[in-house]
Amino acid sequence: MANFLVFAETRGADLRKVAGEAVSVARRLADASGGGEVHAVVAGPPGVAQKADTLGRFGADVVLAIEHPALATFAREAVAATIAQRAKSATYRAIVLGFTAQGRDLGPRLAAKLDAPIVSDVTEVQIAGDSLTVKHPAYANKVVVTLSITGTPAIVSVRPSAFAATEVARAARVEPLAPAIDPATTRVKVVQVIEGAKGRPDLADAPVIVAGGRGLKAPENFKLVEDLADAFGNAAVGATRAVTDEGWRPHADQIGQTGRQVSPQLYVAVGISGAIQHLAGMRTSKTIVAINKDREAPIFKVADYGIVGDVLEVVPALTRAVREAKKGH
Amino acid sequence: MKIAVCIKRTPDSETRFRVGASGSSIDEGGVKFDMDDFASYAVEVALQLKEKAGSGEVVAIALGPDNVQETLRKAMSMGVDRGVQLKADAVPFDGLAVAKALAAELKSSAFDLIFFGKHAFDTSEGVVGTATAELLDLPCVTAASKLEIANGKGTARRELEGAAEMVEFSLPAVVTIDEGIARPRYPSLKGIMSAKKKPLETKPAQLGTPRVAVKSMALPPDRPPGRIIGEGSAAVTELVKLLQTEAKVL
Ligand SMILES: Cc1cc2nc3c(=O)[nH]c(=O)nc-3n(C[C@H](O)[C@H](O)[C@H](O)COP(=O)(O)OP(=O)(O)OC[C@H]3O[C@@H](n4cnc5c(N)ncnc54)[C@H](O)[C@@H]3O)c2cc1C
Ligand SMILES: Nc1ncnc2c1ncn2[C@@H]1O[C@H](COP(=O)(O)O)[C@@H](O)[C@H]1O
Repeated sequence: MANFLVFAETRGADLRKVAGEAVSVARRLADASGGGEVHAVVAGPPGVAQKADTLGRFGADVVLAIEHPALATFAREAVAATIAQRAKSATYRAIVLGFTAQGRDLGPRLAAKLDAPIVSDVTEVQIAGDSLTVKHPAYANKVVVTLSITGTPAIVSVRPSAFAATEVARAARVEPLAPAIDPATTRVKVVQVIEGAKGRPDLADAPVIVAGGRGLKAPENFKLVEDLADAFGNAAVGATRAVTDEGWRPHADQIGQTGRQVSPQLYVAVGISGAIQHLAGMRTSKTIVAINKDREAPIFKVADYGIVGDVLEVVPALTRAVREAKKGH
Repeated sequence: MKIAVCIKRTPDSETRFRVGASGSSIDEGGVKFDMDDFASYAVEVALQLKEKAGSGEVVAIALGPDNVQETLRKAMSMGVDRGVQLKADAVPFDGLAVAKALAAELKSSAFDLIFFGKHAFDTSEGVVGTATAELLDLPCVTAASKLEIANGKGTARRELEGAAEMVEFSLPAVVTIDEGIARPRYPSLKGIMSAKKKPLETKPAQLGTPRVAVKSMALPPDRPPGRIIGEGSAAVTELVKLLQTEAKVL
């Protein structure tokens, strides 16, 4: 029997989707190793402890709540010190967290503080006795590496959306966890949070992504991409590096090897050639649509449905057709 | 301004990979290697800061076998002042083990800033930089997409999912560099010539015992071949129908 610790990520006072996924992974591993407990740490402003119900639903037995006004933003050093202190005072087989902006910061800190082996961005985890193995897409998603980890606690950061958050109907009891250092006086301080485009899901969460490339010719033509995303209703907007380099879109919208890695239900590539570095970030999308005037463009090699044509003509027509189709529902 | 940049030698991103005969590494035959992309952004940021300060030193550090000397020379041809090779037979897939060796080297010199890439192309782990910072007990900003240094203090922007945060930190500090911050310069001919004469020191790497090991590597399943369904806006009706009935995403 082994216990597992989870960092259940919040933004402000709200749990993020990846928190449920990480708890579910830990629940499954705990069950597979004889039914240990899952302890989920939440850090946030006062009131965040009330999120415990949700974490119980995904399989947490205990919610350890670090509450402090200065945790309204991610006070990374305080969160890392507190989790490390807890992990030293108890025995955990592994610490599970999300491979997100927060997780990629927190995971290595915990590894160093606890002298614990770490694997990041994993898409599968297996435990059998002393052996913990994970799958991790490396080389810009072009090679899947199976890694075995020896030593406890193992730190495992999971790729968002790679694991389902499965409801198991447990009730978690809540315990306060005192910060190990004052979250208000850390050496790295968040001075501002800049909210992204309103009303659109993040690239990681969106079931549909409409992405534009240099084939759009001018920044103002991104309006066509925005309109198509609006027609789908639940879509995020992405871009190629050619476009972010030109400053047509912010770098945060870039999809690919050195940008975001996405895997939506539907990916619509508009005026994108399909360079290998772009494909590295989106080739695992369930369905890919491409619109490009060049029949030989490499994007057509991966597109389930390709249309050869001028984006300035095809995209508005598609937007109208999608709107009609949505109305028909 | 004294800055260290940790750089890794990684395969070119255009590579079509094959798994090697051992089943647990890539087949390096015919593969081109170069400085890792994110590390090259880190080198560029370091050089710009030194140029802005008007004085200082930029040191590049690479852990690995002798072929990393080529990567260090490239950094020097871009303008880095000297290189340090931490010699090891191979680079383990264990980020903490690598971080321990880099921290052992970095702790003896007083750097104002230590830069890393956000993650390396090959491992794609994103562990080494932040873990090294923690081992050195230095403030760390992970994945900065903007960076400003003034009056002994730093300000950085970090991209969050669907948002961004601005952070302030004190120096000395560690920063891992995201894309969007700077495009690496091309070495000039003069740079390439002078790089040959710049100091390159080699020392044994004090790697920690690797506890993460590669069991196997495999290529992800191929997508089914693409299909062109038509031309121009006339094809839109067919596309919507397929999205509804076949792909069931609309
Ligand atoms: C180390 C490295 C990392 C990289 N990382 C990334 C990354 O993360 N993400 C990324 O996207 N790229 C990345 N790149 C860049 C990548 O190699 C390509 O340069 C880039 O993806 C091209 O963007 P694009 O498709 O918008 O532009 P282009 O390649 O210029 O393609 C434009 C396409 O639009 C089509 N077109 C033109 N006009 C029209 C029209 N009127 N109607 C329809 N189609 C039209 C053209 O036929 C063409 O296929 C990286 C490169 C390197 C070297
Ligand atoms: N062998 C190495 N030598 C020098 N720097 C390295 C090495 N491995 C990783 N790094 C640095 O750590 C960053 C992150 O690597 P990783 O944690 O493996 O994704 C890289 O971008 C480099 O800056």
